[in-house]
Amino acid sequence: MRYIRPLSIEDAVGQLARAVGPAAILAGGSDLLVRMKGGFVEPELIVDIKGIAGLSEIRETAEGFSIGAAVPCAVLGENAALKKAWPGVVEAAKLIGSKQVQGRCTITGNLCNASPAADSVPALVAAGAKAVVVGPSGTRTVAVEIVPTGPGKTSLAKGEIIEAILLGKRAAHSGDAYLRFIPRTEMDIAVVSAGVNLTLDEQGVVKAARVALGAAAPTVLLVEEAAEALIGRKLDEAALERLARICSGACRPIDDKRGTIEFRRKVAGVLARRAATTAYARAGGK
Amino acid sequence: MNFDPRYSGRNFSSVGTRPIRPDGVDKVTGRARYGADFNMAGQLVGRVLRSPHAHALIRKIDTSKAEKLAGVKAVITAKDLPDLTNGDAGMYDILDNCMARTKALYDGHAVAAVAAIDARTARQALKLIEIDYEVLAHVTDVDEAMQHHAPLINDAIFTEGLEEKPVKPSNVTKRSQFGHGDVHQGFGAADFIVERSFKTEQTHQGYIEPHACVASVNLDGTAELWVCTQGHFVYRQHCAQLLGLEASKLRVTSSEIGGGFGGKTHVWAEPVALALSRKAGRPVKLVMTRDEVFRASGPTSATSIDVKIGARKDGTITAAEATLRYSAGPYAGSWAEIGAMTAFACYRLDNVKTVGFEVLVNRPKTAAYRAPSAPMAAFAVESAVDELAKEIGIDPVEFRIKNAAQEGTRSSYGPVYGPIGIGPTLEAVKAHPHMKAPLKQNQGRGMACGFWFNFGGQTCVDLNIGMDGSVSLAVGTVDVGGSRASLSLVAAEELGIDYAQLKAVVADTSSLGYNDMTDGSRGTFSSSMATISAARNAIKILRDRAAQMWDIPVDDVVWEQGHAVAKGDKYGNLGKLSLRDIAAKSGTTGGPIAGHSELVADGAGVSFATHICDVEVDPETGATRVIRYTVVQDAGKAVHPTYVEGQYQGGAAQGIGWALNEEYIYGKDGRLQNAGFLDYRIPVCSDLPMIDTQILEIPNPNHPYGVRGVGETSIVPPLAAIANAVSNAAGVRMTHIPMSPPRILAAIEAERG
Repeated sequence: MRYIRPLSIEDAVGQLARAVGPAAILAGGSDLLVRMKGGFVEPELIVDIKGIAGLSEIRETAEGFSIGAAVPCAVLGENAALKKAWPGVVEAAKLIGSKQVQGRCTITGNLCNASPAADSVPALVAAGAKAVVVGPSGTRTVAVEIVPTGPGKTSLAKGEIIEAILLGKRAAHSGDAYLRFIPRTEMDIAVVSAGVNLTLDEQGVVKAARVALGAAAPTVLLVEEAAEALIGRKLDEAALERLARICSGACRPIDDKRGTIEFRRKVAGVLARRAATTAYARAGGK
Repeated sequence: MNFDPRYSGRNFSSVGTRPIRPDGVDKVTGRARYGADFNMAGQLVGRVLRSPHAHALIRKIDTSKAEKLAGVKAVITAKDLPDLTNGDAGMYDILDNCMARTKALYDGHAVAAVAAIDARTARQALKLIEIDYEVLAHVTDVDEAMQHHAPLINDAIFTEGLEEKPVKPSNVTKRSQFGHGDVHQGFGAADFIVERSFKTEQTHQGYIEPHACVASVNLDGTAELWVCTQGHFVYRQHCAQLLGLEASKLRVTSSEIGGGFGGKTHVWAEPVALALSRKAGRPVKLVMTRDEVFRASGPTSATSIDVKIGARKDGTITAAEATLRYSAGPYAGSWAEIGAMTAFACYRLDNVKTVGFEVLVNRPKTAAYRAPSAPMAAFAVESAVDELAKEIGIDPVEFRIKNAAQEGTRSSYGPVYGPIGIGPTLEAVKAHPHMKAPLKQNQGRGMACGFWFNFGGQTCVDLNIGMDGSVSLAVGTVDVGGSRASLSLVAAEELGIDYAQLKAVVADTSSLGYNDMTDGSRGTFSSSMATISAARNAIKILRDRAAQMWDIPVDDVVWEQGHAVAKGDKYGNLGKLSLRDIAAKSGTTGGPIAGHSELVADGAGVSFATHICDVEVDPETGATRVIRYTVVQDAGKAVHPTYVEGQYQGGAAQGIGWALNEEYIYGKDGRLQNAGFLDYRIPVCSDLPMIDTQILEIPNPNHPYGVRGVGETSIVPPLAAIANAVSNAAGVRMTHIPMSPPRILAAIEAERG
């Protein structure tokens, strides 16, 4: 096994592209090291990206925020501007693992681990976040939802690294929220989860909405029908009922050690409804 | 017995205080040495290969490729652990569990092991071992295993305890029955009858420290074992027997222990480590991973229990009956028997009958877990008792008080009780402010009672007085919950010296006589009895030495508050001699001063507890939060109240996990799905409220200080107390433990229709 710590993204991409055996990218390591310890993966090459300039920074730009791939989730919670603009994304990132894990883990890693139960991903999808992908043939910017393609699988090609996650500038009267269900209070994996992102007009009518569900299908689901159920309405009881029903119906969950199909369907609706209520309040809706 | 063990009603000066524990600084600074913290020169890494099948014949094992791998020093299979058990069926089961002989009986059953120069080589070697399995049909559910068409786990087992000798083998190893009176007649006299069936899933003790040991077998037939265990003397006996060693030549040292709760009373990896060391000719360290701990060290039983209780309108129970089925893993056990004994132990019953069935399943060998078998029986019985109180329209606490066992009551399992604490714990609960605190929407309160026998057993203690007057206490019961502090308090009390003048250690098997293990809540009960006896023997010698120093008859010397005092007016001018004074002169008055004691601690006092619990249930998700919890338990005498409270809280915490989320989840393939703390959900700190405790002291008449065991009873009531609370909060009776959110939500939805 070979461990390297390149100082430029180009070098990292080159090393990954040339790697012969299995290779892994190391940022926080909160997934990778656990999987190595459990004997599930045995990489020949480990590329630590924490030495690459800029990857450990959150930058506020004219377009919004750029969150470097090596920024630990705990740092997101310490960025007042980001927290104000995207409270749902930050609260999702701050639910991963434990306090100690949050000091290491990253939202980019959470995305690339490609678990349908990843906490930050439904919030990022609801937020319309983009990923900046650097590879041997250049840089491309893609919607985050196209990165995971199934449990443990991504659309990233050999040699490609996500350099940063982009979050847009906030329109007035916007708010987002993320909720997950776990049987414990912390240090657990979402049984099912929901992220909701809303923008309202001056009267509190929903202008734009995105609704995403986690642990409800092989990948995080962007439920467009659920968003449509909210758009053009205030968040009244009927709209919330409809949202819950659509979300429950959109789930394609499995029965497993963490929960049943029935439970996930039912609770997906409950969480979507509760997250929408919080997002609406954060957007200034009454 | 060389001293009078009866309760003396004395006043205490040390016992009942709360000094810091002697092992505390080491533990908080990280210096304490646990199982994996010990190393020997030239030590190898041991790793175990485990069956991926729930039930499979082992046709052939080919270890040749693994043996050829550079760095591999030994590879063993069952052939390297020949059967030396000489017809002892229990020991044979232990041997077969440590290394499968002809069949793998559960997912995780050890089939081979290697010792190599490092972990990576050992892991690679395991991959090179080729095993030809013939996969057999399996059964993991306790009820399914009892069906006549169920896959048979051991065709040499015929159910014991039936009236007619069975002609066909069965997965049911034993039927046992307890009770008295005539339940048929009793139910005939009842105005109300509640009859329900309950299930509880299998749980693991969840100790944070995995099993770990270092084994070193020498060419001369001597061996050493450093190990994390609740009973190093028992480990020595078992390992010596399985390996063909002489017990006195196997020196076993117990490490500090990061939790045991009964799970470290059984050998799992230790005979394997010794066999590897014997073959490799070098010391071998074997540390189980968390995955291995779950798959291959003993969890408790899964159960299926039917309960029927009848009562008159006035609230008198007229009859009580239960049928209890307990899974034992693939080997015979006595788990249902204990459940059948404890089920109705809290009550005064004229007509009671319990029947237990031990059931084999393709799961790991069941091990003791804190008051083993009692919590599940209490869950079923106390749920039914609560429901019956509701039907009659009587307060659940009053209903229990009315029917509680008392001194002189013939218990449901046979013996007649002496002074006991069930009534007082119920009265204390009735008067507790917790019972009157208001509840909010979606909140519910439950309470329940629990019983545990407590045990005594073989115990040996040495007390040595140094020439500087400091005292070392060597005990043989492993300290799992603060017993070194408690035993130091007891020795200080007897000798009349300061706690700080003492240091207690757990001695190894070559330094002290045999001790039973720390189980059955016996550690402080039995070792304190032996400590009192050893201290009194030392006092005899101290008096003798003082008599020599004064040159007066020893009968004229008494021991008072840590000093030898010459009694009578004729010695009026003799100043008293302290323990330090006498110790300082010991070299010239006859040599070292020590007190020794070996005894069987009889007369362990039974113990009762009553718990109160408030929960809040989210009716849309089935999530439960425990918002308040109170434990009331009889300790006999709390030697070190802080550690007694710790035991009360620990049992409640484990019970809360068991009640709400912990369970072994098996797939259709018979493999364990959640062998890790991520998906085997023990409570995290933020899941629990501060657990309030109230210690009652109803002295055990068979101990000089009145001590009863305290460690186990606290896990008996929680399943039932929480089930009663959840049922009250959710408005639907919960009958399946754990009451995980999917189960609660399904029950709420079913109730709504």
